[in-house]
Amino acid sequence: MNEIIYKKVLAESVKELRVVAPRIAKARKAGQFVIVRANETGERIPLTIADADPKAGTLTLIFQEVGKSTLLLGSLEVGDSIQDVVGPLGKPTHVEEFGTVVCMGGGIGVAPMHPIAKAMKAAGNKVIAIIGARNKDLLIMEDRMKAASTELHVSTDDGTYGVHGFVTTILQSIIDSGEKINLVVAIGPVPMMNASCKLTAKFDLPTVVSLNPIMVDGTGMCGACRVTVGGKTRFVCVDGPEFDGHQVDFVELVKRQRAYLKQEDQSRQEFLQHPDKRCFETAT
Amino acid sequence: MAKEKIPRQKMPEQRPEDRRRNFQEVPFGYTPELAQLEASRCIMCKKPKCIEGCPVEINIPAFVALIKSGDFIGAAKKIKEANALPAICGRVCPQEEQCEVKCVIGIKNDPVAIGRLERFAADFERLNSQIEPPPLPSFTGKKAAIVGCGPAGLTVAGELAKLGHKVTIFEALHQPGGVLIYGIPEFRLPKAIVEAEVDYVKKLGVEIVYNAVIGRFQTVDELLSEGYDSVFLGTGAGLPYFMNIPGENLNGVYSANEYLTRSNLMKAYRFPEYDTPIAVSKKVAVLGGGNVAMDSARTALRLGADEVSIVYRRSRTEMPARVEEVHHAEEEGIQFQLLTNPVEILGDDQGWVKSMRCIRMELGEPDASGRRRPVPLKGSEFEMEVDTVVVSIGNGANPLVPQTTPGLNTNKWGNIIADEKTAATSKPGVFAGGDIVIGAATVILAMGAGKIAARAMHRFMMGIPEPSESEAQGMASSKS
Repeated sequence: MNEIIYKKVLAESVKELRVVAPRIAKARKAGQFVIVRANETGERIPLTIADADPKAGTLTLIFQEVGKSTLLLGSLEVGDSIQDVVGPLGKPTHVEEFGTVVCMGGGIGVAPMHPIAKAMKAAGNKVIAIIGARNKDLLIMEDRMKAASTELHVSTDDGTYGVHGFVTTILQSIIDSGEKINLVVAIGPVPMMNASCKLTAKFDLPTVVSLNPIMVDGTGMCGACRVTVGGKTRFVCVDGPEFDGHQVDFVELVKRQRAYLKQEDQSRQEFLQHPDKRCFETAT
Repeated sequence: MAKEKIPRQKMPEQRPEDRRRNFQEVPFGYTPELAQLEASRCIMCKKPKCIEGCPVEINIPAFVALIKSGDFIGAAKKIKEANALPAICGRVCPQEEQCEVKCVIGIKNDPVAIGRLERFAADFERLNSQIEPPPLPSFTGKKAAIVGCGPAGLTVAGELAKLGHKVTIFEALHQPGGVLIYGIPEFRLPKAIVEAEVDYVKKLGVEIVYNAVIGRFQTVDELLSEGYDSVFLGTGAGLPYFMNIPGENLNGVYSANEYLTRSNLMKAYRFPEYDTPIAVSKKVAVLGGGNVAMDSARTALRLGADEVSIVYRRSRTEMPARVEEVHHAEEEGIQFQLLTNPVEILGDDQGWVKSMRCIRMELGEPDASGRRRPVPLKGSEFEMEVDTVVVSIGNGANPLVPQTTPGLNTNKWGNIIADEKTAATSKPGVFAGGDIVIGAATVILAMGAGKIAARAMHRFMMGIPEPSESEAQGMASSKS
């Protein structure tokens, strides 16, 4: 059991939880994730680690409430516990002094980008962070990304804040300005990562993406998270989560992410109609 | 020889038409009367061959004699001297190729049903007594870390605890049991039984830490530097193999590991009470001919599929599954597409499986495994309509521990190399056994490896020199 010691609503349906997990807080590196199971009847879902405090022994988890599992997690309060937190999983980000690194975070993808930007900056890179959201209210972690980067750019799809457009709009203008870029890291919804990779491919900019498929065990045993990278099947949980973005089959990834839409909708509806049954009492 | 006239006693079981749609255990087990009758068939050989067939050297005639005399709990205790998990082994061991194949009665008649008797004794004890651990020796001052709470790890843990060591098991999942929990379905091995047998190991003083993925959470070197005197690696089967044919990443294609884990560990068969979903299927094809394939096919049926087929590239004779499992599957209405190999899985525009293209095979010359090699029959391709495909063709080794453990040697398939007689790896103080060493095998072979490892780890931790060849043999025979 992992106790929640801090909770904050960052944006509509985006929650931040700080949970006690001393060993993971100590072992985790940028780019890694955890698998979380909220309660006895819960499913195992992967969540990125937005930050960690090894001294306090805590992990920061930031997630968007989409289906039942994230709604259930979001309904937990300070003092409640998450049944299982497993990790750190996946390979850490390859961090070295590349020169200039562009860190692009779209929507909830800003959360996993945060520790990567921090690590890239600590390794001596010039970190240009670009974060974006659909609108101003959905933008998260601006202050923390500012601290984690050398310079920060913001975009919103509707123009309510920062540049009117997408994160790729900003990347295009940085490329146009003649800035030499050594590496791009892009994390966010699949269309955002796909668009980023299409843009960087035109300029031959090495691009790393972090993928978020459906997972079950997260340790390589089940293969639920398989993706096609460079024509080969890879397991995101042990071979990733980061891959060369120019090699990833994003079309397949989107289809696989939608494999359980019907059941997810059923679970979500039942949860929303019976919020009193939110958890724990079905534990056996 | 009146004794031989008593036929081998059948176990009462659920009727196929009832059980094909429920997850309750198929056989009900022997009644005390049936068990005693079956036990009376044993002729108590002076030099019992059956023990030679048992990877953990259970004193079989002794426990069978106790059943015959009506001392069922005594029989269970006798088994537990050699095997901490008898209710599990009585259910899932391939007795027909181990103890029972050696049974002298079996030469002219059916062998004594040793597995069914083992199961009976263990079940009787669990249901009718407070199971107490044997008296334990005082603490040796030595600590052992066990990586993986499956059959190998649980065996090592139990054996070391009985020798007075402090034992901690590190389990990656949120429940103990490894393949016994995530892999073998409820209808073949009820989870309450696994829990009870794990509880017994806990009563021996063993501590279990869950959600601990060694290699990520903590490395083997960290375990050794943080006070553990030896480490056992029993991480089990790893990454599932796929066929490497087009269409395998379509929705509706599962590895058997994923399909069974969703249903067994995550209880997807009770969705939406449990949150984990699983495909709702009409026509399911399971690729492979082993026990895991049978488990997957029978699970698909119980999840509500209309039609389930086993698709296997060789013939029935070459099928690695136990005869009993194939028989159960057939009784329940599973279809067998033998000498058939899939060449492509076809999908719709939403990325869902809609059919599978297969080719018929014939058997040619024997290959490296000694089985006749299947050869495709030209022009025999056909399409079968399916909406779910479960790939059950085995597992490779999980790389997490080897990748993060300098000095630990693996073979070309990534399996950890361990000495057959001592389970010792190339890294001092680190031992390994079970599927991570031998590739996917059986529960009892993993347990056998666990026993060997426990003896060697005990010697290593206590500074006792390795026994010479003759001493080792003396030790083995004194066990029986």
